[in-house]
Amino acid sequence: MQDNCLLQMRGIEKNFPGVRALGGVDFTLRKGEIHALMGENGAGKSTLIKILTGVYQMDGGEISLEGNKVSIRSPQDAQMKGISTVYQEITLCPNLTVAENMYIGREDSAWVKHKEYEKRAGAILDSLGIPARSSQQLGDCSLAVQQMVAIARAVDMKCKVLILDEPTSSLDDKEVNMLFDLMKDLKSQGVGIIFVTHFLEQVYEVSDRITVLRNGELVGEYLTEELPQVELVAKMIGKELDELSALSESEDKDHEAGEVFYEAKNLSSSDALPFDFSIRKGEVNGFTGLLGSGRSESVRAIFGADKVSGGTIKIKGDPVKITKPIDAMKNGIGYLAEDRKRDGIIAELSVRENIILALQVMNGFFKPIRRSEAEAFADEYIKVLNIKTASRETPVGSLSGGNQQKVILARWLLTHPDYLILDEPTRGIDVGTKLEIQKLVLKLAEEGVSVTFISSEVEEMLRTCSRLIVMRDRHIVGELKGKDLNQAQVMKTIAGGES
Amino acid sequence: MKNQTKKVFSGGLGQLTIPLVAIALLVIFNLFRDPSFFSIGIMHNNDGNIVLSGNLISIINGASELAILAMGMTLVTAACGGQDISVGAAAAIAGSVFVKILKSMPSITGGTVVLAFISACIVAMLFGTFNGTLVAVFKIQPMIATLILYTCGRSIAYWINGGATPTVSSPIISGIGSFIPGIPIPTPVLIVVLAAILFRLLFHFTSLELFTQSVGINGSAARLNGINSTFIKLLSFIILGICVAIAGTIGVSRLGLINHETLLLDVEMDTILAVAIGGNNLGGGKFKIGGSILGAYVIQMLTITLYAMKVSSTDVKAYKAIVIILLVVIGSPVVKARVSKLMSQLRTAKAENLTKGAQ
Repeated sequence: MQDNCLLQMRGIEKNFPGVRALGGVDFTLRKGEIHALMGENGAGKSTLIKILTGVYQMDGGEISLEGNKVSIRSPQDAQMKGISTVYQEITLCPNLTVAENMYIGREDSAWVKHKEYEKRAGAILDSLGIPARSSQQLGDCSLAVQQMVAIARAVDMKCKVLILDEPTSSLDDKEVNMLFDLMKDLKSQGVGIIFVTHFLEQVYEVSDRITVLRNGELVGEYLTEELPQVELVAKMIGKELDELSALSESEDKDHEAGEVFYEAKNLSSSDALPFDFSIRKGEVNGFTGLLGSGRSESVRAIFGADKVSGGTIKIKGDPVKITKPIDAMKNGIGYLAEDRKRDGIIAELSVRENIILALQVMNGFFKPIRRSEAEAFADEYIKVLNIKTASRETPVGSLSGGNQQKVILARWLLTHPDYLILDEPTRGIDVGTKLEIQKLVLKLAEEGVSVTFISSEVEEMLRTCSRLIVMRDRHIVGELKGKDLNQAQVMKTIAGGES
Repeated sequence: MKNQTKKVFSGGLGQLTIPLVAIALLVIFNLFRDPSFFSIGIMHNNDGNIVLSGNLISIINGASELAILAMGMTLVTAACGGQDISVGAAAAIAGSVFVKILKSMPSITGGTVVLAFISACIVAMLFGTFNGTLVAVFKIQPMIATLILYTCGRSIAYWINGGATPTVSSPIISGIGSFIPGIPIPTPVLIVVLAAILFRLLFHFTSLELFTQSVGINGSAARLNGINSTFIKLLSFIILGICVAIAGTIGVSRLGLINHETLLLDVEMDTILAVAIGGNNLGGGKFKIGGSILGAYVIQMLTITLYAMKVSSTDVKAYKAIVIILLVVIGSPVVKARVSKLMSQLRTAKAENLTKGAQ
């Protein structure tokens, strides 16, 4: 065992002001294995990985690579030692070409040899089956392709340890399979892969071993085949999962919904084709479809997030005009955007300022919320949503992903919306928080709030929604409710070609 | 105040640490060099008023225009992530308008001075709107957008003045530029205090601070939260316009004449520097107006110190540059990170000693 040990981390410690992120964590990676690193938000996965890649310096413990003790001083240092990473949020440069992105920072001479890089990059993209041209601007590719370019870059660096941090969160099934094939291929070449993900099925599909962290502590290391899924979840959240199963058999979601709250006819925007849509008071509906099917674009049109180009809208039967976000907000609509980092958080502002932002905008420029009141709001929602933060004055950017998401949820809940649109609220966050968010959605619906819930995990939508709108190629192709609400039917409708 | 000081020193490196440390160092340096540097005298000026005098007074007096411009520049920087380099030229225009209106009046009274000042404000705000429109609506980088006015501003002032350097003399004008009878503190200093209070009130009674920071940090998210970022950016330029008019009026009143070639010449670079020394990110986002004001005083204190050391005015710039390099490097993220790491190590060591002592 010792001889095929690739990477050993022993007693890793890391403290942040007011928070102990890691306390004596061990982690072992062997040659040619795919090792899943699992844990809730704030469990310390990202911190551990950032220590391994030299982004953070550890406060205690030691790392050895192939038996030799090493210290990793910077990301460049990590790369030189053969540790490559593809992060959760894409960290490439959208305004450079694909080839430039693959070779940036590791040119072998002072001259940038564009032609040669493009040729080499092209060959790698071909061999991995990535649908991008090497001379194309990265920003013009879809998120999924950008992700794969990031992986291709890592692969090309002849790494010994490849870290994939949530690589699949923006990929569709076909792309995920492509990635898995690639991972298995690399594994057979002896590369050790650390795989961080929130998708449990994927862990069971590819990983050999699982290490679970909780609250910055090591829970244990397990062979994947010996750890049933339910037990894994229990270990991650530290309690038995009765709640989750209780939720899935939740009481009749089809309870009598109220009158129609929002109704759109032929609504279209710069990014969405005309569509009809309506939602009742207290109803939870979902938009589903593959990546690029137009589900996000449709809900963005409802909120006025993109330039609205046509259509009529009625709220409670009265015609209204919603062409920009503030119109929607004044009509009681809230929207949690898909891309948390780009469209959600104001990273350097405090949790308090982020929470009151939308309410402040609705109150208007000349009616600032008093400091004491804002503090009370922040404290209330930190408690209600169980937001893990050192204080309400902590910059929101230093919180973990799930807690950032909760802050944005708090922001919209504070406006007491009649209709809340949640676009991928559970993306990239842990099981416990996902569960909390799903429960919250059901609770809101009971209180009479209409909710549109979008998730790439169909199961989540089946648990929460009483009606699913299915989209394909930017058109609505079906609407499922009642007994049609099951995985098989959803898949069939998404795939099309039935009946 | 005590709390504030505590925060600055215990919280590692707060935003105001750099300007405060710079001021402290300059004070210590001057105390060693010549303790009489800080002596404040009471004397009669030419008009027979009892007034305060001394280097310290000329520092805070001389920095007035810079401080006022720095306040407005902080807002523009925070909202747009760029700077307005036309403030000096715009101030020359505002000053020219101020004088032009006064000249066109039969006599200079309190009323006509107010009218002239309001006219200067309106003109400066219009030019602010012009700059702001280029930046906020046409999304031109601030430095490029304001380069236009920077280039042509003093020519416009030349036209307004008809090529001459008209003078205005009146007790009211010298009251603005130097002293109001009975008040021993220079009037420009009082205007700075007033402007700072007005900004404070503006932030208290509107959401300008939160909205500006949101737009500066994450424009896309700000938009999706219903903030009209075009308006916020435009507003920052208009507010800077008012600051420009005030600075221009003070500048004109000091001399009693408008010289469009020399009025507040090169002030834009010092203004930007004041914002930077104040610990504000020139890329936009979070800001502290107080930091920029302190920054302005640091720059002026440095200048006066060098003059007191008999450095010739041509050499002053070179010496200033050396000090500024030091300040900017000390304030850089790299040094900040090193220092806060050192501080936390010291603190842990201290805590360990304490626990050992307890055992």
